[in-house]
Amino acid sequence: MDWFPLLNSLRIAAISTVVIFFAGILAAYYIAKLPPLLKGVLDVVMTLPLVLPPTVVGYLLLRLLGPTRPIGAFILEHFGTKMVMTWWSAIFATVVVAFPLMYRTARGAFESFDRDLAYAGQTLGRSNTWVFWRVRMPCCRQGILAGTVLAFARALGEYGATSMIAGYTPGRTATISTTVYQLWRTDNDALALRWVLVNIAISAVVLLAVNLLERRSKAPRRKEAV
Amino acid sequence: MALTVEIEKNYGSFHLNVFFETGWEVLALLGASGCGKSLTLKCIAGIEKPDRGRIVLDGRVLYDSEKRICLPPQRRRVGYLFQQYALFPNMTVEQNIAAGIRLRRGPARKRRVQELVERFHLEDTLGKLPRQLSGGQQQRVALGRILASEPEVILLDEPFSALDSYLKWQLEMELKELLSLFHGTVLWVSHDRGEAYRNCGRVCVLEEGRSLPVTDMETLMAAPATCSAARLAGYQNLTPVRPGGAPGLLSLPEWGCALRCAQPWREGVTHIGLRAEAIRPAREGERENCLACDVVSVTEDVAARVLVLRPVDAPPGATPLWMERPKGEPLPAGGLPVHIPPESIALLEG
Repeated sequence: MDWFPLLNSLRIAAISTVVIFFAGILAAYYIAKLPPLLKGVLDVVMTLPLVLPPTVVGYLLLRLLGPTRPIGAFILEHFGTKMVMTWWSAIFATVVVAFPLMYRTARGAFESFDRDLAYAGQTLGRSNTWVFWRVRMPCCRQGILAGTVLAFARALGEYGATSMIAGYTPGRTATISTTVYQLWRTDNDALALRWVLVNIAISAVVLLAVNLLERRSKAPRRKEAV
Repeated sequence: MALTVEIEKNYGSFHLNVFFETGWEVLALLGASGCGKSLTLKCIAGIEKPDRGRIVLDGRVLYDSEKRICLPPQRRRVGYLFQQYALFPNMTVEQNIAAGIRLRRGPARKRRVQELVERFHLEDTLGKLPRQLSGGQQQRVALGRILASEPEVILLDEPFSALDSYLKWQLEMELKELLSLFHGTVLWVSHDRGEAYRNCGRVCVLEEGRSLPVTDMETLMAAPATCSAARLAGYQNLTPVRPGGAPGLLSLPEWGCALRCAQPWREGVTHIGLRAEAIRPAREGERENCLACDVVSVTEDVAARVLVLRPVDAPPGATPLWMERPKGEPLPAGGLPVHIPPESIALLEG
């Protein structure tokens, strides 16, 4: 069994999770501060990939990044590389598709954050950066961690947009999800089932991790009640 | 140490217009909930920005709309004790206090934490998280953290609203003692006249976003100037009034009577205020400032008996009279003539 699809899926998911982590937190933090109208509009834009079919996302990405399209042509001309049909092309797809999960959970966490804590830090003479990293982020740790894990899981399982923008080239762009489809299409049922089991195992581990995190966050409070 | 606050702010349909000056003292900001007390504090601390006006602390301009000055909260040196204390839940007591210290990391910083911990009797709680502390301990940590930041003025936002009432008395004494460690101006926001009276020398009453002139606490209690000040000072009986023809004589249409009043009449007076405990049953044959009433209801309160009375000559729908008497006093059957001492009547503007 060639393990390349697993490696490829993991590296795509890992890199996109890092990108989504920072982008999602920044978006959640700054959009929350905007005036209501602009906030509403941006909120819709940021959440849209969650409800759009992945093929639509893939189509839009191809329109931007394809070799004859504005961004794709620019990169091809100046850097001599195609933006599509490489292993890292899939990162664009997974980032866009999984971003809303991080954005929305981080936003939820920031919204339930007690604003007086930030004000207290400020009146004590602490910088906004200090308040953000030392108070806001630790207090919102659970939500942000949950969002990160969910985004990772979603990125790992992305199929539609990935297959459109990175295609399926064994040993180069194949991921677990595209491999399962190809194996099934070519009647290689036994191998397809193996990959399915691998995928289920990974997803189960991820969800288990989320549950453990949640339980750990609740434990101290339960102890206190005794 | 002096603080001048002169600000206006529109907040939706709410209009804040506050002016007061205070020296080195504990000044109460007294008002019903929703009158703009917290908003005023937030403007002083730099958390909210007023629309117009100026805030000057000891000659230092914190905010001036004309000169376009608006210091960030970090540079105002205004300590803020939040209603729920706003301790950082992810930090221990020690870290919370250290968060207020403006010194760089090092031995001086450590010494300062140590000093504050001792002064606030927090030795046993150093490694604990805020949620493991009692309400009183939380308040001490919050205050210690504020003093650590060396503020020039301290704002207390309803300091006891987060506590059970049986704890309040003891904690009030404690807070008073801890505040004596602070040399500067304290603004004490409260809706509780007793709390303000016990702890503050002077008071600024806020009514619906508008501030009344600063008076001393005794004046507010004995001779409030307006109806809302009278309500805050605990005057249960407010009724419309007109001049009664002769000097010192008042006409009270809702109670259908005329009364003598010790305060001289002044322009703008619309109501009188009367404490429930100032009214007493009339003695045999007493006629001056007496009012014949029917007893509407009698309620036994914890420490007193409250009688709701209706003046005999009152027109229908008139507000009744509240009288407070010691428990156990014999109750009259049927009608009850009451006496209203002339010196207990406060003349109020609307």
